[in-house]
Amino acid sequence: MADTAVPAPAPSLLTRTRLRMPWLVVLAVAWIVLMVLTAIFADWLRPHDITRMNLSVRLAPLGTPGHWLGTDELGRDVLSRLIQSIRVSLVIAFGSTILSAAFGTTLGFLAAQFRGWVEHLVMALADFQAALPFMIMSLAVLAFFGSSMVLLVCLMGFYGWERYARIARGLAISASAQGYAAAVVQLGAKPSRVYLRHILPNVASTLIVSTTLTFPEIILMESGLSFLGLGVQPPESSLGNMVGFGREYLTRAPWIMLAPSAVIVMTTLSISLLGDWLRDRLDPTIR
Amino acid sequence: MLRFTLAKIARAGLTILLVMTFAFIVLRMSGDPAQVLLGPDAPQDAVDAFRERWGLNDPLWQQYLAYLQQILNFDFGISMRDQSPAIDLVLERVPATLAITVPALILKVCIGIPAGVYAALHRDSIADRGVIMMSIFGFTIPSFVLALVLVLVFAVTLDWLPSGGQDTWRHAILPIATLSIGGIGILARFSRSAMIEVLGQPYIRTAMAKGLPWREVVWKHALPNAAIPIITLVGFMVGALIAGAVVVESIFSWPGVGRLIVVSVSNRDLAVVQCLLLVIAASMVLANLCVDFAYGLLDPRLRQKRTQ
Amino acid sequence: MSPLLEARGLVQQYTSGKSLFGKPDIVRAVDGIDLTVTRGEVLGIVGESGSGKSTLGRMLLGLETPFSGEVLYHGQPMPAPRTEQWRRLRAQMQLIFQDPLAALDRRMTIAAQIAEPLEIHGLAKGAEVTDRVAALMARVGLRRDQADRYPHELSGGQRQRVVIARALATNPGFLVCDEPVSALDVSIQAQVVNLLRDLQEQDGLTMVFISHDLKVVRNICDRVAVMYLGRVVEEAPSDSIFAEPRHPYTQALVSSIPLAGQGLEGRIILRGEPPNPAARPSGCAFHPRCRFADASCTVQVPPLENHGGRLAACLKLPRAPRLAA
Repeated sequence: MADTAVPAPAPSLLTRTRLRMPWLVVLAVAWIVLMVLTAIFADWLRPHDITRMNLSVRLAPLGTPGHWLGTDELGRDVLSRLIQSIRVSLVIAFGSTILSAAFGTTLGFLAAQFRGWVEHLVMALADFQAALPFMIMSLAVLAFFGSSMVLLVCLMGFYGWERYARIARGLAISASAQGYAAAVVQLGAKPSRVYLRHILPNVASTLIVSTTLTFPEIILMESGLSFLGLGVQPPESSLGNMVGFGREYLTRAPWIMLAPSAVIVMTTLSISLLGDWLRDRLDPTIR
Repeated sequence: MLRFTLAKIARAGLTILLVMTFAFIVLRMSGDPAQVLLGPDAPQDAVDAFRERWGLNDPLWQQYLAYLQQILNFDFGISMRDQSPAIDLVLERVPATLAITVPALILKVCIGIPAGVYAALHRDSIADRGVIMMSIFGFTIPSFVLALVLVLVFAVTLDWLPSGGQDTWRHAILPIATLSIGGIGILARFSRSAMIEVLGQPYIRTAMAKGLPWREVVWKHALPNAAIPIITLVGFMVGALIAGAVVVESIFSWPGVGRLIVVSVSNRDLAVVQCLLLVIAASMVLANLCVDFAYGLLDPRLRQKRTQ
Repeated sequence: MSPLLEARGLVQQYTSGKSLFGKPDIVRAVDGIDLTVTRGEVLGIVGESGSGKSTLGRMLLGLETPFSGEVLYHGQPMPAPRTEQWRRLRAQMQLIFQDPLAALDRRMTIAAQIAEPLEIHGLAKGAEVTDRVAALMARVGLRRDQADRYPHELSGGQRQRVVIARALATNPGFLVCDEPVSALDVSIQAQVVNLLRDLQEQDGLTMVFISHDLKVVRNICDRVAVMYLGRVVEEAPSDSIFAEPRHPYTQALVSSIPLAGQGLEGRIILRGEPPNPAARPSGCAFHPRCRFADASCTVQVPPLENHGGRLAACLKLPRAPRLAA
């Protein structure tokens, strides 16, 4: 079977691991840490309130004292809005990634445990998910239900679950077929113990590496939807809707759009670089 | 072989049915199209007449059955906004979308795959690193950012190309560039890793050990085997030809399917949205089906298994 | 001596390679086996790969439900796998695996793994767990300081000792060892077999010892059953089966054991294909490779019959020449 992977990274791989990270990966990690800290401490970092308008300094350029990243068409501070947007976008992306990973892994384990029709159902759903025009469906759902943070997180949480389900199922089946999991079942352990204490820790590294694939895609998806005006709604702001609104002032004030764009690109780039590095080092079996 | 074919087709049909059901339930559950289209101030009798006319008063399952029956008769409903058949509205937009997505796909395939293969064959060279960097940039930059940067540079600053519209072929350049750059990166990276994986296989070492010229090893042994995963991805891109340009079409005001999606979704034009979903899902499923059959032709192992 | 475990008419079959046109191939891995294991004895099961010996072992433990037939433990039928009752019964019967590295969780220390059965069955708490683990480790000859090691930090023999310690943690009454030493270096094999024998003698453990290697079985077993293509062809006390094998297949196996100071003369070389359960020959399954086979062997299935204190299944047996021991 194509999707049954090697149970766990062999220790020999770890010894081959170069412990020294390449400088690019160090930079990527630094950027991710910076973004996470920004999201956590957004309330303290923001120099201005994100909705406070100051019509006397509309479209102030970069480097204006007090508004280092300039102001937008209503005189709102771009830096403050950017910090808040980072928080909103990261919360959505983290929330959705965790939902998607938890949902997919659970379904994958259920498929591996019960086999039979449960497995067929899960795999059919996974095929269905993969064939789904997800962006279009999301557009429709958001337009018809009206956008809210919770709906957005839940919706994005359905993105990419089939990847986790396939990996979790494959690894759990191969673990129960010959290895440590069969041994523990044979000791009399309940399925909950087998899956939570044995299989999950063993497949965690593979799943974590997969999240580095899904996470940037979710950021891109959320910002795309927000850009089209269907994701995060004003007065809240996310990176995508900042770009969307900044688009109107592309010629007169490109910084409104460029600052959040740069953050999106840097963040997805950093996570991809880190994910690539982790995958090469820990688990070369997934692409 | 016949059984395999029938099973695949049945599964494809089921997927489309699921998409339609899902869409139907979500769209009908989410609000009253009568209110949206007629506005909150519409007189009650106008609303009632509207609901009566579009069958919105029937129970949901009746609406659903009626809808399925319509689809089987190739009747996709009538746009609530301008009274024309939904399928016509959708189909008249398809050529415009294909006019930018097909050239973009050709560029992706013609640049992405050779770049990836070249990088795999010259691993760790400067060209390889360049391809990796370009490809990582290619798929981490969101299409709307790329589009706006291209507009900023080529339309606003340099004033070489128009920033939107569909009047001349020059209008298509920026949309095509936006669509292809990301895809080239994805395809290059994917081809590279598929090729590297194949090159590490024992049969390649065997072929080299028996003294075959390198060129022949690559063309006869490595490429056909690396082609299988690459074909999957290309098939996926073919499936996305119709639906993959929503953001780009919005930015460049390109009157294709993507624009229609955004407009009809925000107008809550049920018939058009459902018709769009059906057409898009069908095109994706059809492309997957073609990939599945292409496997059979490419991979003798699968071919044999099926004829046994 | 009362029977601890009884197997009656065990059959296990698998459907494999389901072809597209819906004609599944049925493979009989175990084809009608009756066995009795008495308390405190070590029963050896010997056969080539594909003879169904591992499947038999798994059915004796209740890890697989037989296609037909039944296994009685203490006179009670085996509960269905993965039920609550079945899980409780695991404390009484344990399996020792062929590949200890695969059977151990590489992300847990060996002490934690030896403690698992105690936790699962609620047999010990807190400091008691630590004490019992330390005692178990001492019994199987592991050093105290190895408790916090991970499986890949140990040698193959040490890993198998961990597996044995884990299997013994609940004081089981019945142990199945499925090729417990065949994955180990030859130099380590004797140590592990001796350990198993010592443990068996100390506790009066009842054991089923599965192996393809007669030398190993000879060392530890009281009684031996020889399997060929899912059936027992000969069953006898260990001493007599090695001294005087009766079934032609057993004779070939026994004659292949190298003896110090003896040449290779007298060795019976088996002809033909190794046994393939997917293509079972008619009549006596062994006839294509048997030196004594004639036309009747190709049609008649020989029953397992008593021949002077031992069981053997061969039509030619009354006339078959005895192998000079």
